[in-house]
Amino acid sequence: MMSAVMENAIEVTGLRTHYGQREILKGISIAIPRGKTSVILGGSGCGKSTLLKHLIGLLRPTAGKIAINGRDIAAMDEEELNRVRRKMGMLFQGAALLNSLTVAENVALPIREHARLNESTVMIMVRMKLDLVGLSGFENFYPSQLSGGMKKRAGLARAIALDPELLFFDEPSAGLDPVTAAGLDDLILKLRNVFGITIVVVTHELPSVFTIADYVIMLDAGEVIFSGILDDLRNSQNERVRMFLERRPETKTYSPDDYFRFIVGD
Amino acid sequence: MPSKTEAFFGSVGRRVILFGRDVHYASKIINDAFYWTFVSPVKGKPVRVRATISEIVKAGYNAVPIVAVISLFVGIILALQAAYQLKRVGALIYVANLVGVSITRELGPILTAIIVAGRSGSAFAAEIGSMKSAEEVDALVTMGINPVRFLVTPKLLALMFMLPALTVFADMIGIFGGFLLSTTVIGIHPYNYFQQSVNALLVKDVMTGLVKAWAFGIVITIVGAYQGFKVEGGAEEVGRRTTASVVASIFLVIVFDLFFTTLFYYFT
Ligand SMILES: Nc1ncnc2c1ncn2[C@@H]1O[C@H](COP(=O)(O)OP(=O)(O)OP(=O)(O)O)[C@@H](O)[C@H]1O
Ligand SMILES: [Mg+2]
Repeated sequence: MMSAVMENAIEVTGLRTHYGQREILKGISIAIPRGKTSVILGGSGCGKSTLLKHLIGLLRPTAGKIAINGRDIAAMDEEELNRVRRKMGMLFQGAALLNSLTVAENVALPIREHARLNESTVMIMVRMKLDLVGLSGFENFYPSQLSGGMKKRAGLARAIALDPELLFFDEPSAGLDPVTAAGLDDLILKLRNVFGITIVVVTHELPSVFTIADYVIMLDAGEVIFSGILDDLRNSQNERVRMFLERRPETKTYSPDDYFRFIVGD
Repeated sequence: MPSKTEAFFGSVGRRVILFGRDVHYASKIINDAFYWTFVSPVKGKPVRVRATISEIVKAGYNAVPIVAVISLFVGIILALQAAYQLKRVGALIYVANLVGVSITRELGPILTAIIVAGRSGSAFAAEIGSMKSAEEVDALVTMGINPVRFLVTPKLLALMFMLPALTVFADMIGIFGGFLLSTTVIGIHPYNYFQQSVNALLVKDVMTGLVKAWAFGIVITIVGAYQGFKVEGGAEEVGRRTTASVVASIFLVIVFDLFFTTLFYYFT
Protein backbone atom coordinates (compact mmCIF):
# COMPACT_ATOMS: atom_id res chain seq x y z
CA MET A 1 0.00 0.00 0.00
CA MET A 2 1.20 3.42 -0.94
CA SER A 3 0.45 5.31 2.27
CA ALA A 4 2.32 2.80 4.40
CA VAL A 5 5.52 3.42 2.46
CA MET A 6 5.35 7.18 2.71
CA GLU A 7 6.00 8.95 5.90
CA ASN A 8 2.87 10.78 6.99
CA ALA A 9 2.79 14.35 8.24
CA ILE A 10 -0.74 14.05 9.53
CA GLU A 11 -2.62 10.99 10.66
CA VAL A 12 -6.27 11.25 11.55
CA THR A 13 -7.97 8.31 13.22
CA GLY A 14 -11.66 7.95 13.97
CA LEU A 15 -12.42 11.66 13.74
CA ARG A 16 -16.01 12.43 14.68
CA THR A 17 -17.39 15.91 14.95
CA HIS A 18 -20.67 17.66 15.60
CA TYR A 19 -22.19 21.09 15.11
CA GLY A 20 -24.77 21.05 17.89
CA GLN A 21 -26.66 17.78 17.46
CA ARG A 22 -25.67 17.22 13.82
CA GLU A 23 -22.86 14.83 13.13
CA ILE A 24 -20.68 16.23 10.34
CA LEU A 25 -17.68 13.91 10.16
CA LYS A 26 -18.58 10.31 10.93
CA GLY A 27 -15.44 8.70 12.21
CA ILE A 28 -13.00 9.32 9.38
CA SER A 29 -9.42 8.10 9.22
CA ILE A 30 -6.97 9.63 6.75
CA ALA A 31 -3.26 10.11 6.35
CA ILE A 32 -1.54 13.07 4.70
CA PRO A 33 1.83 12.14 3.18
CA ARG A 34 4.77 14.39 3.97
CA GLY A 35 6.21 16.66 1.31
CA LYS A 36 3.32 16.02 -1.09
CA THR A 37 0.22 17.87 -2.14
CA SER A 38 -2.94 16.20 -0.89
CA VAL A 39 -6.29 17.31 -2.22
CA ILE A 40 -9.52 16.91 -0.32
CA LEU A 41 -12.48 16.58 -2.69
CA GLY A 42 -16.15 16.29 -2.08
CA GLY A 43 -19.54 17.82 -2.69
CA SER A 44 -20.67 21.00 -1.07
CA GLY A 45 -21.47 20.65 2.60
CA CYS A 46 -19.81 17.26 3.02
CA GLY A 47 -17.49 18.63 5.70
CA LYS A 48 -14.28 19.57 3.91
CA SER A 49 -13.83 22.95 5.56
CA THR A 50 -14.79 21.38 8.86
CA LEU A 51 -12.07 18.76 8.43
CA LEU A 52 -9.53 21.46 7.58
CA LYS A 53 -10.47 23.44 10.67
CA HIS A 54 -9.82 20.35 12.78
CA LEU A 55 -6.44 19.81 11.18
CA ILE A 56 -5.29 23.27 12.26
CA GLY A 57 -6.87 22.95 15.70
CA LEU A 58 -9.54 25.60 15.22
CA LEU A 59 -12.26 23.14 16.16
CA ARG A 60 -12.09 20.37 18.73
CA PRO A 61 -13.39 16.94 17.70
CA THR A 62 -16.04 15.02 19.59
CA ALA A 63 -13.89 11.92 19.32
CA GLY A 64 -10.80 10.75 17.51
CA LYS A 65 -7.12 11.54 17.16
CA ILE A 66 -5.39 14.08 14.95
CA ALA A 67 -1.69 13.35 15.03
CA ILE A 68 0.58 15.97 13.51
CA ASN A 69 4.17 14.74 13.34
CA GLY A 70 3.03 11.96 15.63
CA ARG A 71 1.54 14.16 18.35
CA ASP A 72 -2.19 14.36 18.99
CA ILE A 73 -3.34 17.97 18.73
CA ALA A 74 -6.85 17.12 19.90
CA ALA A 75 -5.43 16.52 23.36
CA MET A 76 -3.21 19.62 23.50
CA ASP A 77 -3.82 22.76 25.49
CA GLU A 78 -3.86 26.11 23.73
CA GLU A 79 -0.23 26.90 24.46
CA GLU A 80 1.10 23.65 23.04
CA LEU A 81 -1.22 24.01 20.09
CA ASN A 82 0.23 27.45 19.35
CA ARG A 83 3.70 25.94 19.15
CA VAL A 84 2.41 23.45 16.58
CA ARG A 85 0.56 26.20 14.70
CA ARG A 86 3.82 28.06 14.28
CA LYS A 87 4.74 25.36 11.76
CA MET A 88 1.44 25.67 9.89
CA GLY A 89 0.02 28.18 7.49
CA MET A 90 -3.49 28.47 6.19
CA LEU A 91 -5.04 30.32 3.30
CA PHE A 92 -8.70 30.84 4.08
CA GLN A 93 -11.45 30.74 1.50
CA GLY A 94 -11.86 34.52 1.52
CA ALA A 95 -8.15 35.16 2.23
CA ALA A 96 -9.13 36.55 5.68
CA LEU A 97 -6.72 39.46 5.56
CA LEU A 98 -7.21 41.94 8.37
CA ASN A 99 -8.86 44.91 6.73
CA SER A 100 -7.50 47.45 9.16
CA LEU A 101 -3.90 46.61 8.27
CA THR A 102 -1.92 47.07 5.07
CA VAL A 103 -0.72 44.08 3.04
CA ALA A 104 2.77 44.38 4.54
CA GLU A 105 1.41 44.60 8.09
CA ASN A 106 -0.76 41.55 7.44
CA VAL A 107 2.20 39.53 6.29
CA ALA A 108 4.30 40.83 9.17
CA LEU A 109 1.68 39.79 11.71
CA PRO A 110 2.81 36.19 12.32
CA ILE A 111 6.47 37.22 12.09
CA ARG A 112 6.08 39.86 14.79
CA GLU A 113 4.04 37.51 16.93
CA HIS A 114 6.48 34.62 16.91
CA ALA A 115 9.91 36.11 16.43
CA ARG A 116 11.72 38.94 18.15
CA LEU A 117 13.29 40.67 15.16
CA ASN A 118 14.09 44.25 14.45
CA GLU A 119 11.85 46.22 12.16
CA SER A 120 14.12 46.18 9.10
CA THR A 121 14.54 42.39 9.22
CA VAL A 122 10.77 41.98 9.43
CA MET A 123 10.31 44.24 6.43
CA ILE A 124 12.91 42.30 4.43
CA MET A 125 11.12 39.04 5.20
CA VAL A 126 7.78 40.60 4.23
CA ARG A 127 9.17 41.84 0.94
CA MET A 128 10.64 38.41 0.16
CA LYS A 129 7.30 36.71 0.72
CA LEU A 130 5.39 39.28 -1.30
CA ASP A 131 7.92 38.90 -4.07
CA LEU A 132 7.41 35.14 -4.05
CA VAL A 133 3.66 35.49 -4.62
CA GLY A 134 4.17 38.26 -7.16
CA LEU A 135 2.87 41.14 -5.11
CA SER A 136 5.97 43.26 -4.66
CA GLY A 137 5.09 46.92 -4.75
CA PHE A 138 1.76 46.41 -3.02
CA GLU A 139 3.15 46.64 0.52
CA ASN A 140 1.16 49.70 1.47
CA PHE A 141 -2.12 48.77 -0.13
CA TYR A 142 -5.08 47.93 2.08
CA PRO A 143 -6.96 44.67 1.41
CA SER A 144 -9.99 46.62 0.21
CA GLN A 145 -7.83 48.01 -2.60
CA LEU A 146 -6.90 44.55 -3.93
CA SER A 147 -8.71 42.24 -6.33
CA GLY A 148 -9.87 38.79 -5.21
CA GLY A 149 -6.88 37.03 -6.73
CA MET A 150 -4.44 39.52 -5.22
CA LYS A 151 -6.04 39.07 -1.82
CA LYS A 152 -5.54 35.33 -2.09
CA ARG A 153 -1.90 35.82 -2.97
CA ALA A 154 -1.44 38.24 -0.09
CA GLY A 155 -3.13 35.68 2.17
CA LEU A 156 -0.71 33.09 0.85
CA ALA A 157 2.25 35.37 1.56
CA ARG A 158 1.00 35.66 5.13
CA ALA A 159 0.50 31.90 5.40
CA ILE A 160 4.09 31.21 4.36
CA ALA A 161 5.57 34.09 6.34
CA LEU A 162 7.17 31.79 8.89
CA ASP A 163 8.25 29.11 6.38
CA PRO A 164 5.72 26.53 7.53
CA GLU A 165 6.13 22.77 7.17
CA LEU A 166 2.42 22.40 6.58
CA LEU A 167 0.26 24.56 4.39
CA PHE A 168 -3.52 24.42 4.13
CA PHE A 169 -5.68 25.92 1.41
CA ASP A 170 -9.46 26.21 1.54
CA GLU A 171 -10.73 26.43 -2.03
CA PRO A 172 -7.85 28.56 -3.33
CA SER A 173 -9.25 28.97 -6.82
CA ALA A 174 -12.92 29.50 -5.99
CA GLY A 175 -14.14 32.74 -7.50
CA LEU A 176 -11.03 33.33 -9.60
CA ASP A 177 -10.75 33.51 -13.36
CA PRO A 178 -9.03 30.48 -14.98
CA VAL A 179 -5.78 32.34 -15.61
CA THR A 180 -5.44 33.59 -12.05
CA ALA A 181 -6.49 30.18 -10.76
CA ALA A 182 -3.80 28.50 -12.87
CA GLY A 183 -1.28 31.01 -11.52
CA LEU A 184 -2.20 30.01 -8.00
CA ASP A 185 -1.85 26.32 -8.93
CA ASP A 186 1.65 27.07 -10.21
CA LEU A 187 2.49 28.73 -6.94
CA ILE A 188 1.26 25.68 -5.03
CA LEU A 189 3.40 23.42 -7.18
CA LYS A 190 6.39 25.67 -6.63
CA LEU A 191 5.94 25.63 -2.87
CA ARG A 192 5.95 21.85 -2.86
CA ASN A 193 8.81 21.40 -5.33
CA VAL A 194 11.13 24.14 -4.12
CA PHE A 195 10.43 24.23 -0.41
CA GLY A 196 9.17 20.69 0.16
CA ILE A 197 6.15 21.89 2.09
CA THR A 198 3.39 19.41 2.89
CA ILE A 199 0.29 20.88 1.32
CA VAL A 200 -3.39 20.14 1.90
CA VAL A 201 -5.85 21.69 -0.53
CA VAL A 202 -9.62 21.64 -0.40
CA THR A 203 -11.04 22.25 -3.84
CA HIS A 204 -13.92 21.67 -6.22
CA GLU A 205 -12.00 22.41 -9.39
CA LEU A 206 -11.15 19.17 -11.17
CA PRO A 207 -8.60 20.71 -13.60
CA SER A 208 -6.74 22.06 -10.61
CA VAL A 209 -6.86 18.65 -8.91
CA PHE A 210 -5.17 16.99 -11.86
CA THR A 211 -2.50 19.69 -11.93
CA ILE A 212 -1.49 19.86 -8.31
CA ALA A 213 -2.51 16.66 -6.56
CA ASP A 214 -0.16 13.86 -5.58
CA TYR A 215 -2.64 12.30 -3.25
CA VAL A 216 -6.41 12.56 -3.19
CA ILE A 217 -8.95 12.12 -0.43
CA MET A 218 -12.61 12.21 -1.32
CA LEU A 219 -15.32 12.81 1.24
CA ASP A 220 -19.00 12.19 0.87
CA ALA A 221 -21.57 12.92 3.56
CA GLY A 222 -18.96 12.92 6.31
CA GLU A 223 -17.23 9.72 5.25
CA VAL A 224 -14.09 8.95 3.26
CA ILE A 225 -15.06 7.25 0.00
CA PHE A 226 -11.64 7.35 -1.60
CA SER A 227 -8.06 7.94 -0.68
CA GLY A 228 -5.04 7.24 -2.81
CA ILE A 229 -2.76 8.60 -5.49
CA LEU A 230 -4.05 10.42 -8.55
CA ASP A 231 -3.82 7.41 -10.88
CA ASP A 232 -5.91 5.31 -8.53
CA LEU A 233 -8.50 8.07 -8.55
CA ARG A 234 -8.68 8.02 -12.34
CA ASN A 235 -9.13 4.24 -12.30
CA SER A 236 -11.47 4.09 -9.34
CA GLN A 237 -14.61 2.07 -9.91
CA ASN A 238 -16.42 3.54 -6.92
CA GLU A 239 -19.70 4.83 -8.25
CA ARG A 240 -19.75 8.06 -6.32
CA VAL A 241 -16.16 8.82 -7.25
CA ARG A 242 -17.02 8.28 -10.90
CA MET A 243 -20.06 10.53 -10.52
CA PHE A 244 -17.88 13.28 -9.17
CA LEU A 245 -15.25 12.90 -11.86
CA GLU A 246 -17.68 12.59 -14.72
CA ARG A 247 -19.55 15.69 -13.70
CA ARG A 248 -16.82 17.54 -15.51
CA PRO A 249 -18.73 17.98 -18.79
CA GLU A 250 -21.64 19.42 -16.85
CA THR A 251 -19.52 22.29 -15.56
CA LYS A 252 -19.32 23.55 -19.14
CA THR A 253 -21.83 26.28 -19.85
CA TYR A 254 -24.96 25.13 -21.65
CA SER A 255 -25.68 26.26 -25.16
CA PRO A 256 -29.11 27.94 -25.33
CA ASP A 257 -30.60 24.85 -26.97
CA ASP A 258 -29.21 22.51 -24.34
CA TYR A 259 -30.38 24.84 -21.63
CA PHE A 260 -33.88 24.90 -23.03
CA ARG A 261 -33.92 21.10 -23.18
CA PHE A 262 -32.58 20.99 -19.63
CA ILE A 263 -35.33 23.27 -18.35
CA VAL A 264 -38.19 21.47 -20.03
CA GLY A 265 -36.73 18.24 -18.69
CA ASP A 266 -36.25 16.61 -22.05
CA MET B 1 -45.53 12.23 20.10
CA PRO B 2 -44.38 14.06 23.21
CA SER B 3 -47.14 15.42 25.42
CA LYS B 4 -47.57 19.17 25.92
CA THR B 5 -45.94 18.99 29.35
CA GLU B 6 -42.95 17.14 27.99
CA ALA B 7 -42.59 19.64 25.17
CA PHE B 8 -42.85 22.47 27.68
CA PHE B 9 -40.15 21.11 29.98
CA GLY B 10 -38.08 20.21 26.97
CA SER B 11 -38.13 23.76 25.70
CA VAL B 12 -37.46 25.17 29.17
CA GLY B 13 -34.55 22.78 29.52
CA ARG B 14 -33.11 23.76 26.16
CA ARG B 15 -33.39 27.42 27.04
CA VAL B 16 -31.65 26.88 30.38
CA ILE B 17 -28.85 24.98 28.65
CA LEU B 18 -28.45 27.70 26.02
CA PHE B 19 -28.51 30.40 28.69
CA GLY B 20 -25.93 28.49 30.70
CA ARG B 21 -23.74 28.35 27.61
CA ASP B 22 -24.09 32.11 27.06
CA VAL B 23 -23.09 32.79 30.65
CA HIS B 24 -20.14 30.45 30.31
CA TYR B 25 -19.06 32.13 27.08
CA ALA B 26 -19.43 35.62 28.55
CA SER B 27 -17.41 34.69 31.62
CA LYS B 28 -14.73 33.21 29.39
CA ILE B 29 -14.45 36.49 27.49
CA ILE B 30 -14.29 38.49 30.73
CA ASN B 31 -11.65 36.14 32.05
CA ASP B 32 -9.58 36.25 28.85
CA ALA B 33 -9.89 40.01 28.53
CA PHE B 34 -8.55 40.58 32.04
CA TYR B 35 -5.85 37.99 31.63
CA TRP B 36 -4.54 39.46 28.38
CA THR B 37 -4.85 43.03 29.63
CA PHE B 38 -3.35 42.76 33.09
CA VAL B 39 -1.60 39.44 33.60
CA SER B 40 0.13 38.62 30.33
CA PRO B 41 1.89 42.01 29.87
CA VAL B 42 3.65 41.27 33.15
CA LYS B 43 4.71 37.91 31.72
CA GLY B 44 6.30 39.61 28.73
CA LYS B 45 3.53 39.68 26.12
CA PRO B 46 3.11 43.41 25.65
CA VAL B 47 -0.22 45.00 24.72
CA ARG B 48 -0.51 46.59 21.28
CA VAL B 49 0.32 50.19 22.06
CA ARG B 50 -0.43 51.63 18.62
CA ALA B 51 -3.79 49.89 18.42
CA THR B 52 -4.62 51.10 21.91
CA ILE B 53 -3.83 54.69 20.97
CA SER B 54 -5.95 54.40 17.86
CA GLU B 55 -8.85 53.06 19.95
CA ILE B 56 -8.37 55.93 22.40
CA VAL B 57 -8.66 58.37 19.54
CA LYS B 58 -11.68 56.63 18.01
CA ALA B 59 -13.60 55.98 21.23
CA GLY B 60 -12.50 58.99 23.25
CA TYR B 61 -11.17 61.90 21.29
CA ASN B 62 -13.73 61.65 18.50
CA ALA B 63 -16.54 61.52 21.05
CA VAL B 64 -15.57 64.86 22.58
CA PRO B 65 -17.86 67.09 20.48
CA ILE B 66 -21.01 65.04 21.03
CA VAL B 67 -20.28 64.62 24.73
CA ALA B 68 -19.71 68.38 25.01
CA VAL B 69 -22.95 69.32 23.31
CA ILE B 70 -25.08 66.82 25.20
CA SER B 71 -23.67 67.63 28.61
CA LEU B 72 -23.95 71.35 27.99
CA PHE B 73 -27.62 70.96 27.14
CA VAL B 74 -28.27 68.66 30.06
CA GLY B 75 -26.57 71.14 32.40
CA ILE B 76 -28.87 73.86 31.13
CA ILE B 77 -31.96 71.68 31.35
CA LEU B 78 -31.04 70.62 34.85
CA ALA B 79 -30.61 74.24 36.00
CA LEU B 80 -33.96 75.18 34.48
CA GLN B 81 -35.76 72.30 36.14
CA ALA B 82 -34.11 72.99 39.47
CA ALA B 83 -34.98 76.67 39.28
CA TYR B 84 -38.60 75.80 38.55
CA GLN B 85 -38.93 74.22 41.98
CA LEU B 86 -36.42 76.25 43.96
CA LYS B 87 -37.78 79.67 43.10
CA ARG B 88 -41.01 78.77 44.94
CA VAL B 89 -39.10 78.48 48.17
CA GLY B 90 -36.82 81.37 47.33
CA ALA B 91 -33.70 79.22 47.34
CA LEU B 92 -32.53 79.81 43.79
CA ILE B 93 -28.87 79.75 44.78
CA TYR B 94 -29.24 76.01 45.45
CA VAL B 95 -29.50 75.47 41.71
CA ALA B 96 -25.71 75.33 41.86
CA ASN B 97 -25.76 72.48 44.40
CA LEU B 98 -28.33 70.52 42.47
CA VAL B 99 -26.62 70.87 39.14
CA GLY B 100 -23.15 70.16 40.53
CA VAL B 101 -24.07 67.12 42.58
CA SER B 102 -26.39 65.45 40.10
CA ILE B 103 -23.98 65.97 37.21
CA THR B 104 -20.88 64.66 38.96
CA ARG B 105 -22.52 61.82 40.82
CA GLU B 106 -24.95 60.63 38.23
CA LEU B 107 -25.58 62.33 34.93
CA GLY B 108 -21.99 62.88 33.82
CA PRO B 109 -21.03 59.21 34.03
CA ILE B 110 -24.30 57.81 32.74
CA LEU B 111 -24.67 60.18 29.80
CA THR B 112 -21.08 59.58 28.77
CA ALA B 113 -21.60 55.84 29.07
CA ILE B 114 -24.73 55.93 26.94
CA ILE B 115 -23.01 57.99 24.25
CA VAL B 116 -19.98 55.70 24.26
CA ALA B 117 -22.19 52.59 24.22
CA GLY B 118 -23.95 53.97 21.16
CA ARG B 119 -20.76 55.00 19.39
CA SER B 120 -18.09 52.53 20.46
CA GLY B 121 -19.93 49.53 21.90
CA SER B 122 -21.75 49.12 18.61
CA ALA B 123 -18.54 49.69 16.66
CA PHE B 124 -16.76 46.98 18.67
CA ALA B 125 -19.55 44.49 18.02
CA ALA B 126 -19.65 45.36 14.32
CA GLU B 127 -15.88 45.20 13.90
CA ILE B 128 -15.39 41.92 15.72
CA GLY B 129 -18.56 40.46 14.23
CA SER B 130 -17.58 41.16 10.65
CA MET B 131 -14.07 39.85 11.33
CA LYS B 132 -15.64 36.71 12.74
CA SER B 133 -17.83 36.18 9.68
CA ALA B 134 -14.91 36.83 7.29
CA GLU B 135 -12.85 34.15 9.10
CA GLU B 136 -10.37 36.84 10.17
CA VAL B 137 -10.71 35.74 13.77
CA ASP B 138 -9.95 32.16 12.72
CA ALA B 139 -6.94 33.46 10.82
CA LEU B 140 -5.65 35.15 13.98
CA VAL B 141 -6.00 31.93 15.94
CA THR B 142 -4.20 30.02 13.20
CA MET B 143 -1.32 32.48 13.39
CA GLY B 144 -1.13 31.78 17.11
CA ILE B 145 -2.45 35.24 17.97
CA ASN B 146 -5.09 35.27 20.67
CA PRO B 147 -8.06 37.24 19.28
CA VAL B 148 -8.98 38.60 22.69
CA ARG B 149 -5.48 39.96 23.17
CA PHE B 150 -5.38 41.32 19.65
CA LEU B 151 -8.85 42.84 19.49
CA VAL B 152 -10.32 43.29 22.95
CA THR B 153 -7.36 44.40 25.06
CA PRO B 154 -6.75 47.67 23.18
CA LYS B 155 -10.45 48.49 23.36
CA LEU B 156 -10.68 47.61 27.04
CA LEU B 157 -7.68 49.76 27.93
CA ALA B 158 -9.00 52.60 25.79
CA LEU B 159 -12.43 52.63 27.40
CA MET B 160 -11.12 52.10 30.93
CA PHE B 161 -9.07 55.21 30.42
CA MET B 162 -11.34 57.30 28.19
CA LEU B 163 -14.68 56.82 29.91
CA PRO B 164 -13.47 58.47 33.15
CA ALA B 165 -11.67 61.11 31.11
CA LEU B 166 -14.76 61.90 29.06
CA THR B 167 -16.78 61.92 32.27
CA VAL B 168 -14.55 64.56 33.84
CA PHE B 169 -14.99 66.57 30.69
CA ALA B 170 -18.77 66.04 30.69
CA ASP B 171 -18.90 67.08 34.36
CA MET B 172 -17.13 70.34 33.63
CA ILE B 173 -19.20 71.19 30.58
CA GLY B 174 -22.43 70.21 32.33
CA ILE B 175 -21.65 72.42 35.29
CA PHE B 176 -20.69 75.17 32.93
CA GLY B 177 -24.10 74.79 31.22
CA GLY B 178 -25.83 75.21 34.55
CA PHE B 179 -23.63 78.19 35.31
CA LEU B 180 -24.40 79.77 31.96
CA LEU B 181 -28.14 79.51 32.43
CA SER B 182 -28.18 80.51 36.08
CA THR B 183 -26.08 83.61 35.59
CA THR B 184 -28.03 84.84 32.58
CA VAL B 185 -31.64 83.71 32.68
CA ILE B 186 -32.06 83.16 36.41
CA GLY B 187 -29.84 86.05 37.33
CA ILE B 188 -27.57 84.55 39.95
CA HIS B 189 -24.33 86.45 40.37
CA PRO B 190 -21.48 84.49 38.75
CA TYR B 191 -19.25 84.71 41.80
CA ASN B 192 -22.00 83.45 44.10
CA TYR B 193 -22.77 80.59 41.78
CA PHE B 194 -19.13 79.67 41.62
CA GLN B 195 -18.69 79.77 45.40
CA GLN B 196 -21.87 77.78 45.93
CA SER B 197 -20.72 75.11 43.48
CA VAL B 198 -17.31 74.81 45.04
CA ASN B 199 -18.81 74.42 48.48
CA ALA B 200 -21.38 71.90 47.31
CA LEU B 201 -19.03 69.62 45.44
CA LEU B 202 -17.12 67.06 47.42
CA VAL B 203 -14.16 65.18 46.05
CA LYS B 204 -16.09 62.09 47.01
CA ASP B 205 -18.91 62.98 44.59
CA VAL B 206 -16.53 63.34 41.70
CA MET B 207 -14.61 60.20 42.60
CA THR B 208 -17.66 57.97 42.89
CA GLY B 209 -18.72 59.23 39.47
CA LEU B 210 -15.34 58.30 38.03
CA VAL B 211 -15.39 54.84 39.58
CA LYS B 212 -18.74 54.28 37.94
CA ALA B 213 -17.43 55.54 34.61
CA TRP B 214 -14.51 53.15 34.80
CA ALA B 215 -16.85 50.22 35.44
CA PHE B 216 -19.13 51.32 32.60
CA GLY B 217 -16.15 51.31 30.28
CA ILE B 218 -15.50 47.67 31.12
CA VAL B 219 -19.17 46.75 30.73
CA ILE B 220 -19.43 48.38 27.30
CA THR B 221 -16.26 46.74 25.98
CA ILE B 222 -17.17 43.28 27.22
CA VAL B 223 -20.71 43.44 25.87
CA GLY B 224 -19.53 44.67 22.47
CA ALA B 225 -16.84 41.99 22.28
CA TYR B 226 -19.22 39.28 23.48
CA GLN B 227 -21.82 40.13 20.84
CA GLY B 228 -19.13 40.36 18.16
CA PHE B 229 -17.60 36.99 18.95
CA LYS B 230 -21.04 35.38 19.01
CA VAL B 231 -21.53 36.11 15.30
CA GLU B 232 -21.60 32.86 13.31
CA GLY B 233 -23.34 33.81 10.11
CA GLY B 234 -23.10 36.72 7.76
CA ALA B 235 -23.80 40.44 7.49
CA GLU B 236 -27.37 40.39 8.73
CA GLU B 237 -26.32 38.74 11.96
CA VAL B 238 -23.61 41.35 12.42
CA GLY B 239 -26.33 44.00 12.22
CA ARG B 240 -28.53 42.18 14.70
CA ARG B 241 -25.69 41.69 17.16
CA THR B 242 -24.63 45.33 16.84
CA THR B 243 -28.09 46.49 17.83
CA ALA B 244 -28.20 43.93 20.61
CA SER B 245 -24.88 45.16 21.95
CA VAL B 246 -26.17 48.73 22.31
CA VAL B 247 -29.36 47.64 24.05
CA ALA B 248 -27.55 45.19 26.32
CA SER B 249 -24.77 47.58 27.26
CA ILE B 250 -27.14 50.43 28.08
CA PHE B 251 -29.20 48.03 30.17
CA LEU B 252 -26.15 46.70 31.99
CA VAL B 253 -24.77 50.20 32.50
CA ILE B 254 -28.00 51.10 34.31
CA VAL B 255 -27.88 47.89 36.35
CA PHE B 256 -24.30 48.60 37.40
CA ASP B 257 -25.24 52.19 38.11
CA LEU B 258 -27.94 51.02 40.48
CA PHE B 259 -25.49 48.67 42.13
CA PHE B 260 -22.76 51.27 42.60
CA THR B 261 -25.13 54.01 43.69
CA THR B 262 -26.55 51.71 46.36
CA LEU B 263 -23.05 50.74 47.42
CA PHE B 264 -21.86 54.35 47.66
CA TYR B 265 -25.02 55.36 49.48
CA TYR B 266 -24.22 52.99 52.32
CA PHE B 267 -20.42 53.00 52.33
CA THR B 268 -19.24 56.55 51.70
N1 LIG C 1 -20.67 27.03 12.23
C1 LIG C 1 -21.51 26.05 11.87
N2 LIG C 1 -22.59 25.76 12.62
C2 LIG C 1 -23.43 24.76 12.27
N3 LIG C 1 -23.30 24.01 11.18
C3 LIG C 1 -22.25 24.24 10.39
C4 LIG C 1 -21.31 25.27 10.67
N4 LIG C 1 -20.37 25.28 9.71
C5 LIG C 1 -20.72 24.30 8.85
N5 LIG C 1 -21.85 23.66 9.25
C6 LIG C 1 -22.50 22.53 8.58
O1 LIG C 1 -21.55 21.51 8.45
C7 LIG C 1 -21.63 20.91 7.17
C8 LIG C 1 -20.25 20.86 6.56
O2 LIG C 1 -19.80 22.16 6.36
P1 LIG C 1 -18.43 22.50 5.66
O3 LIG C 1 -18.27 23.97 5.68
O4 LIG C 1 -17.37 21.68 6.28
O5 LIG C 1 -18.72 22.01 4.18
P2 LIG C 1 -17.76 22.02 2.93
O6 LIG C 1 -17.54 20.61 2.57
O7 LIG C 1 -16.57 22.86 3.20
O8 LIG C 1 -18.69 22.71 1.84
P3 LIG C 1 -18.29 23.77 0.72
O9 LIG C 1 -17.64 22.98 -0.36
O10 LIG C 1 -19.61 24.32 0.29
O11 LIG C 1 -17.40 24.79 1.33
C9 LIG C 1 -22.61 21.74 6.37
O12 LIG C 1 -23.75 20.95 6.13
C10 LIG C 1 -22.96 22.92 7.21
O13 LIG C 1 -24.35 23.10 7.21
MG1 LIG D 1 -15.87 24.91 2.57
